[in-house]
Amino acid sequence: MISVRLTVNGRAVERDVPPRRSLAEFLREDLGLTGTHVGCEHGVCGACTVLVGGRSARSCLLFAAQLEDATVTTIEGLTPAAGLSALQSAFRDCHALQCGFCTPGMIVAAHELLAENPAPSREEIRAAIAGNLCMCTGYVSIVRAIEQAAAARRGGSLP
Amino acid sequence: MKPAPFAYVRARSLDEALGCLVADPEAKILAGGQSLVPMMNMRLARPSTLVDLNAVAELSGVDAAADGGLAIGALTRHTDLVTSPLVRERAPLLATAAAHIGHRAIRNRGTLGGSLAHADPAAELPAAVLALGATLVAAGPGGRRRIAADDFFLGLFATALAADEILVAVETPPHRDAAWGFAEVARRAGDFAIAGAAVAAIPGDVGRSARVRLVAFGVDDRPIRLTAAEIHLGDPALTPDAAAAAGAAAAGCCHPAADVHASAEYRRHLVSVLTEQVVREAAGRRAARREGESRWSQSP
Ligand SMILES: Cc1cc2nc3c(=O)[nH]c(=O)nc-3n(C[C@H](O)[C@H](O)[C@H](O)COP(=O)(O)OP(=O)(O)OC[C@H]3O[C@@H](n4cnc5c(N)ncnc54)[C@H](O)[C@@H]3O)c2cc1C
Ligand code: FES
Ligand code: FES
Repeated sequence: MISVRLTVNGRAVERDVPPRRSLAEFLREDLGLTGTHVGCEHGVCGACTVLVGGRSARSCLLFAAQLEDATVTTIEGLTPAAGLSALQSAFRDCHALQCGFCTPGMIVAAHELLAENPAPSREEIRAAIAGNLCMCTGYVSIVRAIEQAAAARRGGSLP
Repeated sequence: MKPAPFAYVRARSLDEALGCLVADPEAKILAGGQSLVPMMNMRLARPSTLVDLNAVAELSGVDAAADGGLAIGALTRHTDLVTSPLVRERAPLLATAAAHIGHRAIRNRGTLGGSLAHADPAAELPAAVLALGATLVAAGPGGRRRIAADDFFLGLFATALAADEILVAVETPPHRDAAWGFAEVARRAGDFAIAGAAVAAIPGDVGRSARVRLVAFGVDDRPIRLTAAEIHLGDPALTPDAAAAAGAAAAGCCHPAADVHASAEYRRHLVSVLTEQVVREAAGRRAARREGESRWSQSP
């Protein structure tokens, strides 16, 4: 077992983990943060995407033991205490989810995009979520939701 | 838990990491983990020990070299190659190649050294360092050695690194005349390339102003120099006309395999088209640079 100390969604966490425990399993099973979804477990689907040090990362390709002193933010950490974030309400309003399996990863990827680029073009949005697969909704409404959230965060409405 | 059990060491220094490799021949370096961990999860790799380099600070970062080139730490992430002002200015080919890798979350973790050590034949960064004629610096139990990119890639996922060596840095020469180009064809944004090409003019040997190096990737067991096409591209001959000749010669330089993504003929065709395209791109950049310079020298 390896002992790790890290910050998850603003909270200090200390645990002993087996070396082969992935960050995704650590979040879901040790911390009960089941918003992070696990699909392919080899980096291609994006469902497990979280922020590590503010940057998006596949939690299935990191071992919890690697995260000493790291700051991890999951979909739970991107959700306000009451109500929904701009991205979350835009996803709801635009019907950008059906089963919701891909949604936490989509929102993490979109969050990173909007933090760096508050007014992305449609092409930039498509590039930012190219690594996140959605099996049921299709991407048109997801792209529209991110456009709407960007506009809402800028304080305006869509043209 | 998907991978087979392993021991984990968080190395605090390069020497500690090298010591772990000597102590356990089945140990493997863990850098970004974006190639190694998928292989472990599929049990295609079963290292006994993972030696994590991520806390070895001396392996990250980009430094300007006196010759106008760069020294880039092996642990530098793909995202940092894309965004670093120094890399964009002094090695724009490398920054552009890195931007074509996978997706943002992959680029945020994956490292330059990891991509070169992994040596996927369709990977962008091995092709870029080969086109640049970069020098790779490896550290081993006996000290450091410098390996020319031309001598580094030996075959499918095979490099000149010994099992107890760690890639520590990559030294890139300055670009000449802003003459470089990079292009690839992939089925979807972020996929590995079906085929790609890169070209760079770098300072020449004594008596020659520049050397033009042309590389194709995704079309052989490693990134390859297109030497039969390079002969059309001497320094003064880096022109759109020469691009067509180079493109025609390029197809004969590679031995592509057929797979589910493309036939061998299609890959050979792509190498021709992409070679012509990157040479035109390089010629265009050089012409724009020279025009800018002459306008500058004529201004009162
Ligand atoms: C979904 C997905 C898409 C991808 N798409 C692309 C793509 O389009 N193009 C592309 O090029 N790559 C792609 N990759 C791979 C990515 O670029 C990896 O980051 C890269 O291949 C390996 O770098 P790493 O730092 O992650 O290395 P790791 O996975 O940590 O290591 C890879 C290998 O190199 C060894 N190693 C690592 N660092 C060193 C070192 N400094 N010295 C000696 N040995 C070392 C390791 O022991 C291991 O054998 C993709 C990956 C994923 C998961
Ligand atoms: S579960 Fe991590 S990318 Fe699919
Ligand atoms: S909403 Fe079902 S996978 Fe995207």
